[in-house]
Amino acid sequence: MKKMSKLQTAICFAVVVLLFVGGWLVEKYAGTSSMAVTVLQKGAVYALLAVSMNLLNGFTGLFSLGQAGFMLVGAYTYAVLTIPMAKRAAIYQYYGGGALQFTMSFLPALLLAGVVAAAFAAIIGFPALRLKSDYLAIATLGFAEIIRAAVQWDVLGPVTNGSNLLKTYPTLKSILKGTFMQGNTVVFVFFMVAVCIGIILLVINSTYGRAFKAIRDDEIAAEAMGINLFKHKQMAFIISSFFAGIGGALLAMYQGSLQANAFKSSMTYEIMLMVVIGGMGSVSGSVIASFLFIACQEWWLRFLDETQFIGDFQIPLLGSGFRMVVFSAIIMVVVLFFRKGLMGDNELWNLKLPKKNGKKVKA
Amino acid sequence: MSLLKVTDLKVSYGGIDALRGISFDVEEGEIVTLIGANGAGKSTTLRAISGLVKTSGGSIFYDGRDITSLGTQRIVSDGIALVPEGRRVFDNLTVKENLSIGAYLRKDKAEIAEDMEHVFTLFPRLKEREWQLAGTLSGGEQQMLAVGRAMMTRPRILMMDEPSLGLAPLVVKEIFNIIKMLNETGMTILLIEQNANAALRCAHKAYVLETGRITMSGTGVELMQDPRVKDAYLGTK
Repeated sequence: MKKMSKLQTAICFAVVVLLFVGGWLVEKYAGTSSMAVTVLQKGAVYALLAVSMNLLNGFTGLFSLGQAGFMLVGAYTYAVLTIPMAKRAAIYQYYGGGALQFTMSFLPALLLAGVVAAAFAAIIGFPALRLKSDYLAIATLGFAEIIRAAVQWDVLGPVTNGSNLLKTYPTLKSILKGTFMQGNTVVFVFFMVAVCIGIILLVINSTYGRAFKAIRDDEIAAEAMGINLFKHKQMAFIISSFFAGIGGALLAMYQGSLQANAFKSSMTYEIMLMVVIGGMGSVSGSVIASFLFIACQEWWLRFLDETQFIGDFQIPLLGSGFRMVVFSAIIMVVVLFFRKGLMGDNELWNLKLPKKNGKKVKA
Repeated sequence: MSLLKVTDLKVSYGGIDALRGISFDVEEGEIVTLIGANGAGKSTTLRAISGLVKTSGGSIFYDGRDITSLGTQRIVSDGIALVPEGRRVFDNLTVKENLSIGAYLRKDKAEIAEDMEHVFTLFPRLKEREWQLAGTLSGGEQQMLAVGRAMMTRPRILMMDEPSLGLAPLVVKEIFNIIKMLNETGMTILLIEQNANAALRCAHKAYVLETGRITMSGTGVELMQDPRVKDAYLGTK
């Protein structure tokens, strides 16, 4: 990575602090159940998911579509492990109160969510990563579908509760209840997502990250330089899935209830879109795109789903479902006119700042 | 004892024999070249030595040790570097990052920095473009970068696969000057070329490869004067 100037480091730091303060203020004045807070929470979770997918697709050049599968593994691991003992009998009513008769607190369960997802990645990666481009995408997509079906399988019911809802596990709100952070869900999510993205950034800028990018640019040359292709692909796959698992768990925390059926491949495509819109190979691009995407989806374009009047004139076409039409059109425009996404493979902190004498600053 | 000794090397791709048992050796400090037409097995030879393709027979001895079945990583860190055909620099990495990838298997930070300085003194143009993305360099510069990247592994033998491919005549001349200069600083070079003229002129020893077999060998000058070579590879009568 190019060295950051002191000014850039300061700006980055200031931006992060501003985000946190902004999130805190929004929640304080708009209230935890406001739309703005929903967007910030969900946007942050998706930012982590998009960045973890970008690590694989954008930085290592592996076209994988297993994201929803790993998220599901993470989300279920988290929920199954944290449902309070007192509630188990009610939730697992069709499976004799469930097989697991213990519960743990949210932080170890969150970590385990990542670990279990990573373990799945290690097992799947062994055969799948020997495949090239499209075939890898098909194999990982297949895995995601299989895991979704398997979780709903009756035989696993005592653990996964089959196709029934999982709920009453600790959520964003309930975790913070009674602590000094009470009511500060946005700051809490931001903090966890920032830590995860920070770790991913460290990986990307390490020598391993450089090797990932070398593999993306030219496998044969990378191999000739002594980079073990399989080992590094496996490493990227496991790290990416670890954070997809954590992201899935955070999504579960955000939602408050969980059902395997929601983790369809369309979820993977949504995240893929965020990665593409933000720019393959740009962490800050993924983050920005996630927030924009979620804000449009949940909030800014909502008005398109309802009948609207200008004076007495009813605007035609507007109605349930029209939002998705406009949304798709916007995405097409972005893909057509910003081929490389909003950020290309640049980072916010690497953008060149023009200097007074017209010379570009070495970022 | 020769630094690299290849004996009866055979490679086949899915039943088709690319190399049908070739033998040659490379002494320390030499420039050795393999010339031959497309599909003669030149690149395959280098890929086999690098451990990038599996051999189906024969042996490769490096510095007195059998390296035939070793993996690429071991071979690279033992000191055999490959400059692949068509340059193959990492387009979206900077020049400096490309060079760092060359040193990927090394842990000695101080020496890596030293070697990077050395590469920059060999190729001052790379120094000027240190922060530029490799994909934006000209063909000649990319070839320099590919050579520099291989140099970062601190090799004892530098194997170059068609370094003149797709470059303008003037640039080709520059590349061959670089090869000679590297050799003068003590680097052993195994060179593959279709540009037989330039390759033979700078080689101490040369082999002609035809459909997986070595058909002729001698010093570069000897082969240049051989009527068969003249006829088939140099285009002069």
